[in-house]
Order: sequence, then C-alpha cells, then structure tokens
Amino acid sequence: MRLTDEQRAVQEAVRAYVQAEIAPHAAEWDRTHHFPKEQLRGLADLGCWGIAVPPEWDGAGLDYSTLSVVLEEIAAGDGATSTVVSVNNCPVCSILMAFANAAQKERFLKPLARGDMLGAFCLTEPHVGSEAGGLRTTARRDGDHYVLNGVKQFVTSGKNADVAIVMAVTDPDAGKKGISAFVVPTATPGYTVARIEEKLGQHASDTAQILFEDCRVPLANRLGEEGMGLKIALSGLEGGRIGIASQSIGMARAAFAAALAYAKERVAFGKPIFEHQAVQFRLAEMATQIEAARQLVHHAAALKDAGEPCLKEAAMAKLFASEMAERVCSAAIQIHGGYGYTADFPVERIYRDVRVCQIYEGTSEVQKILIGRALA
Amino acid sequence: MAPSTFQPTSWRTPDIEEYRAQVRRFVATEVAPHQQRWAKQQHVDRELWNKAGALGMLASDVPSEYGGSDGNVAHQTVMIEELTAVGDTAFSISVHAIVQQYILKQGTEEQKRRYLPKLASGEMVGAIAMTEPGGGSDLQGVRTRAERQGDHWVLNGAKTFISNGFLADLVVVVARTGTEPGARGISLLLVETKDRPGYRVGRVLEKLGQKGQDTCELFFEDVHVPADAVLGGETGRGFYQLMTELPYERTLIAISAVAAVERAVQITADYARERMVFGKPLLEMQNTRFVLADAKTKALVARTFLDRCIEALAEGRMDSVTASMAKLWTTDLQCEVIDDCLQLFGGYGYMLEYPIAQMYADARVQRIYGGANEIMKELIARSL
Repeated sequence: MRLTDEQRAVQEAVRAYVQAEIAPHAAEWDRTHHFPKEQLRGLADLGCWGIAVPPEWDGAGLDYSTLSVVLEEIAAGDGATSTVVSVNNCPVCSILMAFANAAQKERFLKPLARGDMLGAFCLTEPHVGSEAGGLRTTARRDGDHYVLNGVKQFVTSGKNADVAIVMAVTDPDAGKKGISAFVVPTATPGYTVARIEEKLGQHASDTAQILFEDCRVPLANRLGEEGMGLKIALSGLEGGRIGIASQSIGMARAAFAAALAYAKERVAFGKPIFEHQAVQFRLAEMATQIEAARQLVHHAAALKDAGEPCLKEAAMAKLFASEMAERVCSAAIQIHGGYGYTADFPVERIYRDVRVCQIYEGTSEVQKILIGRALA
Repeated sequence: MAPSTFQPTSWRTPDIEEYRAQVRRFVATEVAPHQQRWAKQQHVDRELWNKAGALGMLASDVPSEYGGSDGNVAHQTVMIEELTAVGDTAFSISVHAIVQQYILKQGTEEQKRRYLPKLASGEMVGAIAMTEPGGGSDLQGVRTRAERQGDHWVLNGAKTFISNGFLADLVVVVARTGTEPGARGISLLLVETKDRPGYRVGRVLEKLGQKGQDTCELFFEDVHVPADAVLGGETGRGFYQLMTELPYERTLIAISAVAAVERAVQITADYARERMVFGKPLLEMQNTRFVLADAKTKALVARTFLDRCIEALAEGRMDSVTASMAKLWTTDLQCEVIDDCLQLFGGYGYMLEYPIAQMYADARVQRIYGGANEIMKELIARSL
C-alpha cells in the first residue's frame, strides 16, 4: 500500500501542523484537562473535520484512506484531540452524508465539515455498552416535535459539542426497528451535561453523561424515517472503527518514536541501551507491529473507498491495531524504565490514552463477534 | 475469590489469621477512607505511620528487643495483602520494612538500638536512596559521593524515584566512600533527615499510578553525617549489603503482585455476575468465562509459587535467583490479568471511579521498580 501524491501532501501538511501546534502541548492539556479549541480550529482550517465530506457540503472531498492518514497524524500528537476529530468525521459527518436531507445537510453537515460546529454521537447508555439493541432513551411524538427522555453514557465531546446525533426509541414494541435518529443542538432545553467522567487517559477530550429531560426536538431534525435508527447508527461504525484503528497507530507510533530516541541516548552497562539485544529486538518488533497494523487499516479503508463491503476488515483492523498499540506503548514504557512511569516523559500519557482504543467504538470482544459472524 | 481446597499455606497459621483480622480493621478505618485525598496530596498523612506503629504493624518481623513484634515475613505478607485488597499503593510499608531489615541484619548494635525502635513506632519513616538520575537499575555507576572530613562524612549527589522520599526521616543512602571503581567503593549511609543542612527533598514525582505514594527526588549538597553513619560500621560493603536484602524486597513485590491478581479476578467476577449484556449476565458469555477461568488458574499457580517463596523467606533460605523469578513472573502476570479484567468492564473499565482502572495504572511500575524485569532476566540467566 502506497500513499498517493495527494495523500502524501495532506499527510505532510497535517503532520507539520500537529507537530508544531499540538504535540508540544499534549502533556499540559492532559494535566489541566484543557479542551484544545484553538488547535481544533486549526485542524478544521486544514479540512480535517470533514475529510470525506464532498466539497459541495464544505468538506475536504477526500476519502477514508486519507482520513486514516490524517487521524494517525493527529493521534501521533495527541490522542484525545484525535478522538474529538475522529468522532466529528465519523460517525457524525458520515451519518449526515448518508441519511440527512438537503435541508439538514445545509444546517448541520456544512458547519460540521467546516469546523464551525462540533459534533457528538449519543448511542451508549449506562446499562448498554457495545450492544446497540436494548436502548431505553425514548422519543415521544408530540405534534410537530419529538420529546426525548433518557440518559446517554460516555459521550465524546458531550459538553463541548454544538450538536449531537441521538439514538432513541420511538416505538418500544418494535424492538430494533423501533429506534430513530435525531439531530439535537446541544443548546436545546432539556439537554443537560449530568457529569464529566474522570478517565484513565484522554483528559483533553470531555466524555460526558448526557441527561435528556423533556428535550423537545422538531420533526425536521429526525434523520431518515422512524425506525431507521439502528441502521443509521450501525452505518457510522465501520468508518468509526477505521478511525480508532488509525488513532491507535498514531499513538503507538509516537510512543515508539520516543522509546527509540531514548534507547539511542540512554547509556547503561557501558553502552546505549539500543545496543543491548533485548532492547533492539523489542524495538524491531514494535516497528513491525505498527507497520502491520497500518497496512491492515489502509486495506480496510481502501475497500470502503471502493464501495466494497469492509465490515470484517474494519473490525479486524480495529481489533488488531488497538491491541497492538497497547503492547507497543507498554514496551515503550519498559524501555524508559522508571522514567517511563513519570509524567516527565510522553509515554506515560500515551499509555493511559491508548487503553480506551480497545473499548470505544465497540470493544475488542464486539469486534470478535463481528469477525466471528463473518466467518459463520 | 472462592477459597480453593488446594491451599499449600504452611505460613497461614491461626495466629497469622488473627493478626489479619486486626490489620483488616485498621486498613478499613485508617487507610481506605483516605485514599483519594492521599492521591491528591501525593502522600499519606504522617500520623498514619504513628498509628500503624502503635499497633505493632510496622515492625512485625523485627525482634521485640528492638521494639518489634517478634513475627516473621508472614506478618508482613498479611499487611501487604490487606492493603492491596483495598487497592492501596500509597502506604509504602515495604520500603520501610526493607530499611529495617538492612539495619537488623547488617547494622551495628548501636545502629539497631538507635533506629529500630523508632522505625517500629513510626516515629521515623524509612526510605532507600539508591537510584540516581540517569542510573536506573545499573547500580555500579553510582555517582553520589561521601568524603571523609574529620569525624564526618560529607555527602554530595542526587537521587530519584525514592519511595517515601517526602516523609522520610531516615534515608539509607547508597554512596561511594572510596575511590575503587564499580561495586567495591560503595557504602550505605544512614542519614537522619531532620535538621540536616544540605538535604533537600525535590518534587514529588507525577506518576502514571500509585498517586498517593510520595516518590521523590532527593538532593544532597555538602550534607554532613557522623562517621558512624556507615551501615555496619565498615565501608566498601554497600553493594554486598544491598544484594543480601534483594530477595526480601523482590518477594515483597511478588506478594503485592499476587494479591492484586487475586483482587482483580474477584472484583471482575463480581461485576460480570451483575452486569447484563445481550439479555444475560456477562459471566455467562463464554469469552468472559474463559478469560476469568484462565485468570483464576494463573492466580492459583502464582499463589502456589509465592507461598513457597514466603515459606523459604521465613526460614531464611530464599535465594536471589528464585526471588528474581518470583518478581519477574508475578508482576508480568499482574499487568496481564488486570488488563484482561479491565477489558471485561468495557467503558467503565476506563473510568477511574472503577477500582480496576486504578489497579491498571498502579500495576505498571511493578515491572520496573525493585530491579526492572529485564534485570531479573539477566540475573536468572546468569544462573544457567
């Protein structure tokens, strides 16, 4: 897999911005739980918020392969920032591209792709994680409005977002076919940030519990028909998984680069530790694992860009890349020894940031269920 | 965890279990309620040491003639197990205990009488200043120096990653007292920190986990200590002295690792029993059952090995290679099992209010301190 000239140009532009404006601040944002508004704006100006959105809807008009490259670059600077951008691209923009009508695209997709609005996605509930059935949030029809009630859990950007795509039950008797999707501006009365989660890592990105209390949403904000919610939600997950896999690679790459530089500098037992075979072999293995994961993700993205089925490949990429990334980050800490456990070195943060890649957008176990079904 | 009928635990006598009940009460009232606050302030309350000392918990394996409780490593084990059972990593009794062992086994009679009762009561908190910036597990390259001037040593150097560093009253400092290269010029100096000009505690390090443990940098600038501060009274024996207590230190780390594995399996099984997914308890999913079955098996294998190590240590026949194996294998296992368990919590496993997330962050350093696991492999390999 070789990047096209255009993809390489995008990669270079994003890398230059990320390394200059994001990477140097990641540690501080982690410490202060700072949401990097200004740098997210900078990424938006580079087109990163709507990479695969066509130009007529103010997007960059590129594809998922390029999105993968871009998210890897952002994650190599800061994992939390890459999560915010990843969610905005996919599922938020990707769902609107596929299911919003022209008026909805005008109102929501355009500003989301430009970076004038930030998007969130509300699917998970306190009692249901990776299982999209079993939702309890309801949307009751009342004249030309729907009235939303319920609780959504682990919502990335739930506090900072301007608009959220919300999955809610419109017909409790219809099971999976009773779910509908809504676009909800977060300023709507009844949309409340109930709490901000304290997480192991990714502190610069807010993860919120959102309470919907008699939250009135106009009919015009429903995506597609009633009952299409689950289909809509699932449509965003493939691209989302390619996104998380790409982020995993970016974080692993950053930890690897730090470990490699450290190994060449640090002297123990009379020589740079890079020259100790155990360390050099470990680094060789890390580099190989990162590259293998990257190829797997690019393959899944290429299938998606070609319009071919890629559910299994995206699940495999997400599973492999996220698990690879944890191993690589842990190895990077080990190469740093005691220093790797302190906040003075970036690997400490990256190790905390990367753990959730095996959890969000479907846990590793859910990916295995999907892969298993594809094999059945 | 449901008790196994297979429990080769000769060290677990009725006396020990009685002591465990007492420790458990202490931990429940004096430790568990304060953990979050300690994590925020980056150290335990100083009084905790006095409270534990008053109950005889700080010197369980020190003879009573030096203020101890005449117990053995089994008592120390109970303390570590009970602290681990509530997820505590702030109260570093192990380092304190190792300081006591150095003095008990290697100290002069005068040093034993001067320090052991104060360490037992908690009047003094002990720390060991071994690692230096840029030094790590490579002990031979120690650069901190003590020069003899009249009836004093003058100490200069910097140390890092010092557990109990912020609260320490007595620091065992690894320093060069001679000009011989490598290990031969090294001595251990007992440095009382109170009113000691030139002794400076640097910042409490910001770490990935174990937030309540005061891990510090220490600086020594022309610090004067009396001539008789050399452990055992004779210079040049520091490297040997360090080596003799490493099996003890590494076994204590293994004890905490196995206790953490057991706790992880238990809290995860409890969660999986309650948590419903796809219409049934998570514990009924085959993946969950197999992951936890695997973890529980490993926990018992580790426990079995560890119990033999504890017995050997209690009987004074623990060797360095076996201790290295115990430290290497149990701490690797700790990280592996906790990671597997965290995964079963899904998104909640990433939230710090769930103990498993905290255990994940706390565990990682176990593979690094007390000699990185790579060093353990070196030591084991040398015995081949």
